[in-house]
Amino acid sequence: MTLPLVVWKSLRQHALSTTVTALSIALAGGLLMSVWVVKEQSQATFTGVNAGFDAVLGARGSKLQLVLNAIFHLEASPGNLAWSDYLDIKKNPNVDIALPIAVGDNYLGYRLVGTLPELFDKVEYAPGKHYAVVPGGNFFDPTRREAVVGSFVAQKLHLKPGDTFHPFHGLIFNEKDQHSETYVVVGVMEPSNTPADRVIWIPLAGIQKMSGHNPDAATDVSAVLVKLKAGGGGAGFRMDMMYNKQGNRLTFAWPIGQVMAELFNKIGWFDKILALVSYLVALVAAASILASIYNSMNERRREIAILRALGARRHTIFGAILLEAAAISALGMLVGFIFYAVIMNGAASVIRAQTGVVLDPFRFNPVMLWAPALLIGLGALAGIVPAMKAYRTDVAEHLVPMS
Amino acid sequence: MMLQNLQTTLSSGMLLLQVSQLKKSFRSPNGDLHTVVDVPAFALDEKVQVALSGESGSGKTTFLHLIAGILKPDSGLITLAGQEMSALSEPARDRLRATTIGYIFQTFNLLQGYTCLENVLLGMSFGPGVDRAFALSLLERVGLANKLKHYPRQLSTGQQQRVAVARALANRPKLVLADEPTGNLDHKNAREAIALIREACRENGAALLLVSHDRDVLAQFETVQGLEKINRSLLENAN
Repeated sequence: MTLPLVVWKSLRQHALSTTVTALSIALAGGLLMSVWVVKEQSQATFTGVNAGFDAVLGARGSKLQLVLNAIFHLEASPGNLAWSDYLDIKKNPNVDIALPIAVGDNYLGYRLVGTLPELFDKVEYAPGKHYAVVPGGNFFDPTRREAVVGSFVAQKLHLKPGDTFHPFHGLIFNEKDQHSETYVVVGVMEPSNTPADRVIWIPLAGIQKMSGHNPDAATDVSAVLVKLKAGGGGAGFRMDMMYNKQGNRLTFAWPIGQVMAELFNKIGWFDKILALVSYLVALVAAASILASIYNSMNERRREIAILRALGARRHTIFGAILLEAAAISALGMLVGFIFYAVIMNGAASVIRAQTGVVLDPFRFNPVMLWAPALLIGLGALAGIVPAMKAYRTDVAEHLVPMS
Repeated sequence: MMLQNLQTTLSSGMLLLQVSQLKKSFRSPNGDLHTVVDVPAFALDEKVQVALSGESGSGKTTFLHLIAGILKPDSGLITLAGQEMSALSEPARDRLRATTIGYIFQTFNLLQGYTCLENVLLGMSFGPGVDRAFALSLLERVGLANKLKHYPRQLSTGQQQRVAVARALANRPKLVLADEPTGNLDHKNAREAIALIREACRENGAALLLVSHDRDVLAQFETVQGLEKINRSLLENAN
């Protein structure tokens, strides 16, 4: 019981510096775990989200822009492709589903995406999972001005079946660009935790024929989402060759996960900087442990001398200081998990609002084990210098008074 | 002849402590080597109680620190409970101190962040082991049964002294060293404290070696030795 008691008493006697240094460790730990989990989960989620498709066919341009636009409903469309291009790929024997989408309008900043009812009938956005509407609602009738609202949009705009709205032109909300057409909300989608939650789905013809849109492009689509038949990897390669290498008019972004992985490779430096910042914060926090214990050594020396006079060995004193430094880190890491939850909730909310992708802060990640171990180890390491000072304390000199 | 006179043996029973040719010097700020302790011989039997008289600067504390193994002598032998201290490693000396010696300091040296009971228990934890019942009985013996959870700052000076006495006896030591234990007490409290220390040592079978310059304190002892008679460095300094 000796060491834990000595450590506990010392932590209590230096409550203020214990609290401040533990909080700095908590911040470092929370930050490190958050950066790590956001990096890993977002990478896994963004490269794993494909909305149930293998590829995207679009106008000639960047594959990444095509995927971000068609799958994640971010970025502007790189351009349109003709209805015949859609029909061509739909007829390809290796294609299971070819689903055209059209974008170009919004409602209060949330994107309207025109598509066909097959999205709801055939597409599995994850294995075995179809899009569904909340009971009391329906999917749209492709011949009417009806809308199905993604769960996130419905929550933000308080839309429900029976509500009506006028779309606005463009992907960025501008109140001057209101279209005259009136759409009726017929359903609200169940949350799918995919980018589909962040858009308002309307019939494809609705976008194509919206007032003010170019009548010459009334049959064009923004992209075609493609699901290949099972075992269609070879077909994907051949189509990649056909559209991207041999052709020069269209872009075939395949496979979607690899396109997104390339994005993460490009922004890998950003993760590294964030991780570096976290490590630096951890180092500063460890240094603060060192400084706080070291600075208190003068007042502790009498106490150490008393303990030694009572029979405590040098290595007991050394161990007590190391344990105290580690305990400050451990206490900090307990609070660090609270910081982590707060930071992650904030980050997850922003990522969900911006992309529709949902991160789960409470899903286990190995960083939740190694980060606390690292910081507690670092804390103990920071305790070595003051522990050495304690180890060398001259007992007789500090057992005042001498005569 | 002189050496013979200086040699002091307070021995008639089982020998507990034996000191011979013990020397300890410190370097003064101007670089000179200043001998503080030069004791050719000193011995103490088990369970006896001896007071050493000496003024400030007479090497009292240094002598006790040497016996306790807190300081290492420059030369000489200290044999305590059959163990030659200078032959022991520092951890072994720490262990011997924890198990054999109880120390009462002038300033009590209680740990301020620990309650009375914890101060006594902590003393035990470096020795043979924690015996909570014995700690409680010691605190009851010194009249602090109702102050177990009090911190030193919540006690009077006399009460703090009594906690120090209980702590010194916590490991059932064979020898209690008391360094000016009444230095911070008034006359009445000092008399009571000495009586308590002596009784408690007697009850627990511990020998007592007390150093003081207070004549009233010294008057309470049957055996009083002048430090100037056993510490040859005082004679040399006087000459």
